[in-house]
Amino acid sequence: MNEQTPNSFRNGPDENGRFGLFGGRFVAETLMPLILDLERAYGEAKADPSFQAELDSLLKHYVGRPSPLYYAERMTEYLRGLTAAVGGEGGAKIYFKRDELNHTGAHKINNVLGQILLARRMGKKRIIAETGAGQHGVATATACARFGLDCVVYMGAVDVERQKPNVFRMKMLGAEVRPVQSGARTLKDAMNEALRDWVTNVSDTFYCIGTAAGPHPYPAMVRDFQSVIGNEAKAQMLEAEGRLPDSLVACIGGGSNAIGLFHPFLDDASVEIYGVEAAGHGLDVENGHAASLAGGRPGVLHGNRTYLLMDDDGQILEGHSISAGLDYPGIGPEHSWLRDIGRVTYLSATDKEALAAFQLCSKLEGIIPALEPSHALAKVMELAPQKPQDHLMVMNLCGRGDKDIFAVAEHLGGM
Amino acid sequence: MTSAATTTRIDARFEALRAEGRAALVTFVMAGDPDIETSLALLKSLPKAGADVIELGIPFTDPMADGPAIQAAGLRALKSGMTLNKTLALVRAFRAQDQATPIVLMGYYNPVYVHGVPAFLEEAKAAGVDGLIIVDLPAEEDAELCLPARAAGLNFIRLATPTTDDKRLPKVLENTSGFVYYVSLTGITGAALSDYSGVSEAVARIKRSTPLPIAVGFGVKTAANAAAIARYADGVVVGTALVDALAKSLDAENRAGPRTVEAVTSLVADLSRGVRGARAQEAKKDEPFSLKSALGALARLWS
Repeated sequence: MNEQTPNSFRNGPDENGRFGLFGGRFVAETLMPLILDLERAYGEAKADPSFQAELDSLLKHYVGRPSPLYYAERMTEYLRGLTAAVGGEGGAKIYFKRDELNHTGAHKINNVLGQILLARRMGKKRIIAETGAGQHGVATATACARFGLDCVVYMGAVDVERQKPNVFRMKMLGAEVRPVQSGARTLKDAMNEALRDWVTNVSDTFYCIGTAAGPHPYPAMVRDFQSVIGNEAKAQMLEAEGRLPDSLVACIGGGSNAIGLFHPFLDDASVEIYGVEAAGHGLDVENGHAASLAGGRPGVLHGNRTYLLMDDDGQILEGHSISAGLDYPGIGPEHSWLRDIGRVTYLSATDKEALAAFQLCSKLEGIIPALEPSHALAKVMELAPQKPQDHLMVMNLCGRGDKDIFAVAEHLGGM
Repeated sequence: MTSAATTTRIDARFEALRAEGRAALVTFVMAGDPDIETSLALLKSLPKAGADVIELGIPFTDPMADGPAIQAAGLRALKSGMTLNKTLALVRAFRAQDQATPIVLMGYYNPVYVHGVPAFLEEAKAAGVDGLIIVDLPAEEDAELCLPARAAGLNFIRLATPTTDDKRLPKVLENTSGFVYYVSLTGITGAALSDYSGVSEAVARIKRSTPLPIAVGFGVKTAANAAAIARYADGVVVGTALVDALAKSLDAENRAGPRTVEAVTSLVADLSRGVRGARAQEAKKDEPFSLKSALGALARLWS
């Protein structure tokens, strides 16, 4: 077949919210006027310099941006040492984009502040959100406290049990956490319940989606708000090394931290881009992983067409990952498209690999990473030794691991 | 285009009821709830109990627009092994006995999409399905299933809601056929509707824009609710109340009991009396006006 390369990988989505086959607006009629409204309002905000100025100011003074681009020297040298021990000469120079240093401890706040400013512009007083691990819920509760907005967070009852510290944080911030008892009682069900709330409270409620998925315009809007990660990384690498990085690595659940890092680099052909899905107990274990691209197929859920974990009848599977933030049966539609056109290479890391990377990073760099970016780090540990020493590799350290210490301790049999 | 290429059982049924001067009772049940045998027995007994149109739910793990009752019904069905293929088999078995009662499959897009749209449409038509309601396919996604379904001779019934304003209504009606399903409230299935006054105005507004019958659903629980709507709408849709009645008849392990079918059909019969009596009652209540119109007719004759 005659493969056509588009002039730019950064033009999506089209006017129907499609990235190729993926994306779209698969919602009930009740919500359709709302997402058209949102699309209009976002378009206007994007064109309004005062909107971006207010967001930039918050990102700087409230979140603490720009987050550092940090040369992970000991990790680099450790991997070079391993390479040399087997006669190799490689070992890329590894940088961490330190979004775990953001206020609330993860990249989620970048997107939330953008959406909350938009909600204010639209005159919405009530904010709803879904959360899995609780990071997006905490970020949303934080921004709602900051702006005096009502906040309701839907969280699967199973996750409420698994992530008690974050539940407490949300409550301290004044949010109402509603445990979701329907379905599998995890992130996908929390999203269903948030959509049910939105369908019911159409006039005053803004749905703040936490990842680059959902009906158009959410995937593009969340990507735009998260692109601050990639834009900063580009400028910082030019300053540090005088050139672009050679590769990017980020973990993917829905994929908002990854698309935020990747998107500004998509047209830089020299930059290799790697996304890392959660392989859980292993890709060959039925319903034992959360790797939608590696183990799923295109389907329609939560407002968009994308790769989904499902059975032959189209029933959605729950998926599994040690990380509650990657434990989602779908993935943002732009990732599905980037995979199919081959611009981004998608890999996966198992629970075990992530746990090993979690411990190594803590000991070598004095940084306890969240389990989500530990998946990315696991693949950095594989990729870096295969690259020459002048290869510049940037990994998005998108969240800190405080929330995960109990889960990790349980897996390691106490510490 | 405002009408389907072919006349379906749905078109015929609404035309017949219009001639009869009453609204249709549209009943929703979930395919395979709580098991395929009970589900078939229930389907077969619905027309006799007074159902004019049957909506048959395709079970789905993630029914985003449904309330707890219909969510639970879907999960019961899935647990009993229900699939899209078995749902079509259920329709085939029903059709072997009943050639007249229209069947509308109602559900979410993913099972249909994964099955493959052309194969699904061919099999659904052959099984005796007459129309489709796919909740998460708005007019913006008509190319996915709506247009192919119409080409295959199936009605594609669209939901209009309180958020569908005058500007949007033409887009919603454009490729709709069979009937228009007016969702009486913003919310999920099973929610309670407290105020019916706005509904009749909304139905009148939609009627000005389309010759299609308008069925009203969401929040209809009793014969009195059904009668109130049947006075001005062409159809009354009842779902959650029937699913609730079925659920109450199950044992602790969600198995059908001896009275499961009857629990549903007796409520359908009750609702049917409400729908059938609605306009007769209305005529009685409006007697002085009827007299006036009769006098008016006489006056016209004399002039």
